[in-house]
Amino acid sequence: MLAAEPKGATGGVSCTSRGWHILCSATASGARYGPKNPFRQAFGAVKSINQNVHRDALPDFRNLGVILRIVLIVLALSAFVALCQSDSWRGALPRFLELSAPVQPAVLLSILVLAALSPILRRLDYRMGILAVLLVELIIVTAVQRTGGQFFFGGDSYGQLERFWLFTVATTGFILYYFYLRNRALSPALTEARLQALQARIRPHFLFNSINAVLSLIRDEPKRAETALEDMADLFRVLMADNRDLSTLVREVELTRRYLDLEQLRLGERLKVEWHTENMPGESLIPPLVLQPLVENAVYHGIEPSAEPGVININVYKVRDEVHLVLRNPYRKEGNHHAGNKMALSNIRERLSLHFDAEASLKSSITDDAYQVHIVIPYRKEVR
Amino acid sequence: MSKNGQALRVVIVDDEAPARSRIRDLLEDCAASFALEVVGEAANGRALIELLQRVPADVVLLDIRMPEMDGIEAAQHIQKLPDPPSVIFTTAYDVYALKAFELHAVDYLLKPIRLRRLHEALARVRSITPLSLDVLQQIAPDARRHLSVQERGRVLLVPVDKILFMRAELKYVTIRTAEREHLLEESLSRLEQEFREKFVRIHRSCLVAREHIESFERCGDDSGESGWVVKLRGLEDRLQVSRRQQHVMKEFGRL
Repeated sequence: MLAAEPKGATGGVSCTSRGWHILCSATASGARYGPKNPFRQAFGAVKSINQNVHRDALPDFRNLGVILRIVLIVLALSAFVALCQSDSWRGALPRFLELSAPVQPAVLLSILVLAALSPILRRLDYRMGILAVLLVELIIVTAVQRTGGQFFFGGDSYGQLERFWLFTVATTGFILYYFYLRNRALSPALTEARLQALQARIRPHFLFNSINAVLSLIRDEPKRAETALEDMADLFRVLMADNRDLSTLVREVELTRRYLDLEQLRLGERLKVEWHTENMPGESLIPPLVLQPLVENAVYHGIEPSAEPGVININVYKVRDEVHLVLRNPYRKEGNHHAGNKMALSNIRERLSLHFDAEASLKSSITDDAYQVHIVIPYRKEVR
Repeated sequence: MSKNGQALRVVIVDDEAPARSRIRDLLEDCAASFALEVVGEAANGRALIELLQRVPADVVLLDIRMPEMDGIEAAQHIQKLPDPPSVIFTTAYDVYALKAFELHAVDYLLKPIRLRRLHEALARVRSITPLSLDVLQQIAPDARRHLSVQERGRVLLVPVDKILFMRAELKYVTIRTAEREHLLEESLSRLEQEFREKFVRIHRSCLVAREHIESFERCGDDSGESGWVVKLRGLEDRLQVSRRQQHVMKEFGRL
């Protein structure tokens, strides 16, 4: 009972603080959109829903960032223990190596086994998951202690099995607690990711110009006007949705095509688009509004400033377990809106790292007279 | 400007074809109750200046964000025409420009344009005071891409990138391109401010284009003292760097 109380209290506090967080960012972005923005209310409504959808879960044992963290934590703990056990800096090193003999194989084996079991562990409830991981660790450590001890020393020179178990439970518990806290710390950030997706929204410049273009069609080409309005509806449906969850490449590409159709209407011959999606893994997951804002930037900075036609080249393909998105557009020196472009890029980069940690990357480069953005994300099919 | 009773001659300027056609539709609707005539269309500021040299107009409906030359720059060059038309800016969304327009009471229409608003704006055109160059220069967020020179009743556009140097003469500023010289009625200090990024002052009365600087050379002057001159690409003459401005050479890796 005593143990349960503070825990509940902590949960309450963190809940409130998250509530505050959301409230604050809602006000801040509200101010950014300006008092006259008609979408502010709609966005506000979206924000107030799903405030506490956060759910505790085991870390993704197949994620490079998670694996790295586990290895580093265990190394650091070993080093700390080695330091405690020796009376000089110099004496710590041999002790550390001695410790590593059983610890390193156990860590590497754990990483392999947990990565292999990852899909099964994922299906378990959080508590059951923790128990399962502890069990797996105990089995691994027992195996290492038995085989390793016999292999190297022909006996149990590693020490008593019970001590091993104690250390294992302590270390595993520590690591899981670390990931629990990290998850907690990042979950407001995930909520934030949704808000950022809203901020990566379509430029008003585009909205009003498109409405104007549709108006010009209504009298002479009502059919085209209808299609254009349908495209706009599709676009805004995504823009106003709860964009916290991952979308698929097919959907993101489709959205981008709808967007480009509308731009084509305004810009006509000036806008040429080359799609290369033959090798696209359509079912792969991607945060929504990653490609579309980039293409919008490409139009705004690469196509609109010139009277000459320009080509936007979009290439989506899969190499081994990575999905690549490469976007190229003409680079115009005259454009002086690079600040806006940088903001969009850092926004997308942040959202990618929130969803994929170290496994996603975004690079932009200027070559000759072309501007290129290259995104790499891990190939994933199931929602985690 | 046309006399009262004559049809109002209108020019439409927008880089997007659908936007032009929309305004054309609206003007046709206006024509029922208002004597007007669309005398031309242009896709950017440069094309507009060329058009206006051939076709006189009373009013220009001028988009702001356009390639080649934006609307605000075009409006500045228009003022040098012998009989400049009135300007009504049109924009879909441009926070900066709208603020500036409000501040200086410049006429503008928001796209999509409402028929009633267009009608009102056109009805007012004959009575509005022409835009002042001062106000336009204050509104312009960026440096101009062209300078406009009046020559024999025509307006000539000189791309800023083509200019090698600008030199203050008695009443004028001489601007020099690889081909020839032009006379400009503007102040050198104002030009220096506007084109700070592209031009550097090497002398009290002279700005040179950074991009065209080939080298700095040392030379003895008449009084026997040695000084520096700058050699520009595509130009035989050397220009003197004053003692006071020698520090600018540091930027280019000399001294």
